[in-house]
Amino acid sequence: MTARESAPMRTLLFGLLCIGVLLLAGAAMPRWLTFLLTMALANGVVALGIMLLMRSGVVSFGQGLVFASGGYAAALGFRWLGWTDGLLLTLAGGLLAALIAAPFAWLIARYRGIFFAMLTLALSMVLYGLLIKSTAFGGSDGLNMGRVSYLGVRPADAWVGYTNYAVTVVIVGMISVLMRVYFDSVRGLVVLSARDNEIRVEYLGSSVQSLIATNFIIAAFCGGVGGALAVIALGHVEPDYSYWTRSGDFVFVAILAGHHSVLAAFVASVALELVRSFSSAYFPNSWQLAMGLFLLAVIRFLPNGIGSLWVARIRSSAAPADAAARGSA
Amino acid sequence: MALLLTILIDGLTYASWLFIVALGLTLVFGILKILNVAHGSFYALGAYATASMVALFTSMQLAPAFSLVAMLLAAVVVAALVAPLCERGLLRMFYGRDEVLLVLVTFALFLIMEDVTKLIWGVNPLYVADPYMLFGMVEMGTLSYVGYDFMLVLIALIVGVSVWWGLKRTRFGKLVLAVIHNEEIAASMGVNVSRVYALAFSVGIFLAALGGAFTAPMISVQPGVSVGVIIISFAVVIIGGLGSIPGAAVGALIVGLARSAAVHVWPVAELFSIYLVMAIVLMFRPEGLFQRVQARKI
Repeated sequence: MTARESAPMRTLLFGLLCIGVLLLAGAAMPRWLTFLLTMALANGVVALGIMLLMRSGVVSFGQGLVFASGGYAAALGFRWLGWTDGLLLTLAGGLLAALIAAPFAWLIARYRGIFFAMLTLALSMVLYGLLIKSTAFGGSDGLNMGRVSYLGVRPADAWVGYTNYAVTVVIVGMISVLMRVYFDSVRGLVVLSARDNEIRVEYLGSSVQSLIATNFIIAAFCGGVGGALAVIALGHVEPDYSYWTRSGDFVFVAILAGHHSVLAAFVASVALELVRSFSSAYFPNSWQLAMGLFLLAVIRFLPNGIGSLWVARIRSSAAPADAAARGSA
Repeated sequence: MALLLTILIDGLTYASWLFIVALGLTLVFGILKILNVAHGSFYALGAYATASMVALFTSMQLAPAFSLVAMLLAAVVVAALVAPLCERGLLRMFYGRDEVLLVLVTFALFLIMEDVTKLIWGVNPLYVADPYMLFGMVEMGTLSYVGYDFMLVLIALIVGVSVWWGLKRTRFGKLVLAVIHNEEIAASMGVNVSRVYALAFSVGIFLAALGGAFTAPMISVQPGVSVGVIIISFAVVIIGGLGSIPGAAVGALIVGLARSAAVHVWPVAELFSIYLVMAIVLMFRPEGLFQRVQARKI
């Protein structure tokens, strides 16, 4: 009983520790690194959404849909509504993405495997087709947005990069803690068993369809937040955010991370961002080649993702305690 | 009336090359259970190989009509060299893994091939426009069409009929059907499943490359042709039903006509009309128009 109850507290402490370390380390980092980490965290939170879906046994190949929705929500909120607060824009990004995903969630949750992947991909491509032809949203050029403020404070020029980074760290950190708590909750564990055997879970009285539908909306919120954060840091949004290759990148990160560890989503995202930046700097015409080989190596040699490197060890050492906790519960 | 005819003819020519490419995709999925994201890369490879082959033939001062032979040869080269390399060297390691994971494996292959084509052929567009005028113009009332387009429709018909014939009327085709039906029983009856896989993959890739080869004169061959083709041929096979040959034909016609109708009537909808059709079909008949519903296995 006690082990299970103290778990959220432990997660929270670990999350706060990570946030603190990243905030301090960020102040000492060169500017290119804080930017790279900001983008990696923004992409990582999208991949975290896919990880949640992976735990339910489905993989979305269309998270570009919600990433772009979040990004466009932030850019349009800034341009049309005059919202300049970064936190408000991020929240708007997450909510709009969830709102766009919600009507489809129930329908999509009926499908599994390749059909789930294809249907989400089709939806993201519909959005891409709309965005690229729409003059109101800037067509294929996309939209630019200016500098945001946070809680009424406009960061000084020298601090813009760090402020964006810090805000991203805090928001993404909070979402990660909540996600871990959700993973460990009863509902989160039912989701995990749906991945193993869906029909048994249904026989035990849970609706797998509604679990997946809810998780799809939560994943959409994460994707929207990631999109908004990326657009705020980048100052630009374009229809390519919804293109299928972008969604492929997110799935890439999620597969690289595996479905065990929340932290792994960000480690994987940073790894991908580093491989991408270095290979595009050193071999500008063959960075995709490097990425492809990297991906193949991961699928071949780490089939459960990099998260399995440390989670398996923690699980096996904590197994007796866990079993005792379950016995008393 | 003229507009309707234009939509019909444009749609038909578009559908014909799309059918060839999608047929390859649907075959590979039907037999190997791989939704090949790299399929578009093989299409691009076919187009690039055609550009080189036609240039070679021109430098040998062969008659222009030989460029058709060059196209065919280019597709054969891609299917005979690159396809076995990918299947034997890469895909074979991942058979039996989760379908979605295989999508990602082919996504990696797509990333790799994208750069390899750039390394070989560079990033500047190549043009193979000469063969396009080989068949002159065809007058239809007040409109005139390029004869090559009609030739493409003919080729699509030939390809469709020969694949159907190959599957239903030849020994190898029957072996393939046995493998599709039940791989384990086929293997225990002495069918060399691994060989069937390799050959079927090569045939699928040949079709992709053939599609690329015959469209090369109609487009500028440049980086990025693959990404669009992948998605559109996905739409075709998903509308028709994964693994179904008549499905690929109907899917190609639907997509071709939807696109040409959109282009002529409401150009803004060109791209998204196709994906919309795909999304709608998926929502209401996820197994496609030509596929029976499969029972869930416990």
